[in-house]
Amino acid sequence: MSDYSPSEFMIAAAARALEGKKTVFVGVGLPGVACNLARHTVAPNIQMVYESGVVGARPARSPLSIGDPTLVSGALLCCSQADLFMYYLQAGRIEVAFLGAAQIDRYGNLNSTVIGSYDEPKVRLPGSGGACEIAAHAQEVFLIMRLKKRAFVETLDFQTSPGHLGGGSERSALDLPGSGPRVLVSDMGVFVFDNISGEMTLQRIRPGVTVEMVQAEVGWPLKVAVDLRDEEPPSPEELRIIREELASRNGQVE
Amino acid sequence: MRDAVALYLHDRATVAIEGFTSSICFSAAHEIIRQRRTDLTLCRMTPDLVYDQMVAAGCARKLVFSYLGNPGVGPLHCIRRAVEHGVPNALELEEYSHFGMICRYMAGASGLPCFPLRSYVGSDLSNVNPKIQFIKSPYGNESVAVVPPLNPDVAIIHAQRADEDGDTQIWGLLGSQQEVAFASKHTIVVVEEIVDESVIRSDPNRTLIPGMVVDAVVHLPKGAHPSYVQGYYDRDNDFYLKWAGISRDEAQTNAWLEEWVYGVDDWAGYLEKLQDQEPSIWQRLAPGDAYAAPVNYGAYR
Repeated sequence: MSDYSPSEFMIAAAARALEGKKTVFVGVGLPGVACNLARHTVAPNIQMVYESGVVGARPARSPLSIGDPTLVSGALLCCSQADLFMYYLQAGRIEVAFLGAAQIDRYGNLNSTVIGSYDEPKVRLPGSGGACEIAAHAQEVFLIMRLKKRAFVETLDFQTSPGHLGGGSERSALDLPGSGPRVLVSDMGVFVFDNISGEMTLQRIRPGVTVEMVQAEVGWPLKVAVDLRDEEPPSPEELRIIREELASRNGQVE
Repeated sequence: MRDAVALYLHDRATVAIEGFTSSICFSAAHEIIRQRRTDLTLCRMTPDLVYDQMVAAGCARKLVFSYLGNPGVGPLHCIRRAVEHGVPNALELEEYSHFGMICRYMAGASGLPCFPLRSYVGSDLSNVNPKIQFIKSPYGNESVAVVPPLNPDVAIIHAQRADEDGDTQIWGLLGSQQEVAFASKHTIVVVEEIVDESVIRSDPNRTLIPGMVVDAVVHLPKGAHPSYVQGYYDRDNDFYLKWAGISRDEAQTNAWLEEWVYGVDDWAGYLEKLQDQEPSIWQRLAPGDAYAAPVNYGAYR
């Protein structure tokens, strides 16, 4: 068995979750690497869609951002952002979208706006970008985040993007078109959002990590699946592709 | 550029320098900083380094935006300093999502009193921005969000080419360039190449912005550095990384502005300094060629 980093574990697990998918809305950082890996493994025909207006990208180099010109050259199409948000996202044509955030709660609601109060923030974060509408319209949302106690919180400082709101049927009651967060891939394990309660449940764990270690990084009493099992570590082939991709980036993925 | 900025950019104006990662007109921003414009309301989906620099220089009173970040690198430190500590001055924020900003430009461009979108449900954004409202569809029970038109006093658009009348062709990421050009009271187009009208007329589908909405055309090759122009030059990512370091520190930021903006007369001076610092910069940023297959419009006589 080869050595791998927590980030590599997370990327491999996220890519596997894309098995059989046809359209994915790709975000900045780790999701880009995961989608690229999926294209080379479990989802060879996946169309990568970017909020910058690119559909069916075939980047010849590792993109530095979601607006990298390499996404344009060789793409299926490149449209205005108005077209992209209206005809592709709002019309429900995106199967899966990746999101991440600075804070998340148990129902997958996301904060990427501020830490502290909105008017006098302790930390001013980037804001929504397209996340608010992506969270509403993608048929499914996959989350990718490192487990950290200050990120996995009982109560968000600001709710930028809707997950399962207060849980239960709250999301469907508000006519949000997409089904909301389905999976959360972290560096310590994979969570699945419960169909009924809408709460994230630890389903698969990174080999060598214990439930106690995960709980220590989560700010609420963790739900754990009765059939909790290990997530397969990244294979040598997955690691090769991930490392090639990461090597040509800015030396950071978030 | 000096004349265009002097003519259309007054203090307290509402300005949009758009371009999503691509074709960001830094040359216009530097000229605005040099002319020491103040109290501007700066509109842009992604404020990027271009507004980080303008905020640091004290040009801005307010930001209308949807995502604050140095794309692929990290935070925008100057804007954070302004928001968190009021340095160099307090900065008012009017915040949307990307789709909300686009819809504001579309309402402004098409003469509508509002634009509907399905967003903001289950988000706190509408609680902190009273301009985001919800209305009931007259055709059913559905509720939709609406945003008001955004009509900047001035839009500045960087593009590949235009003719002398401002008929402008753009390819690559189109961002919201067309929407913002039509929405604004005055539009300044800055291009890599001025071409004959016959070149424009040979490919009318590529003309995104017609001369009828353009007030000034500026010919300024490489005027979008350190961002990129599809087919002309790549993003100078070394600078985006370097800015993360410079902008973290107020004194370093001011020193950079002094040297690279106030310390030169114009964009030609900036490009000369760039070339002195790195003689092979434009070789480094040259993308290589990838031409589209020609299309036949037909000669219908």
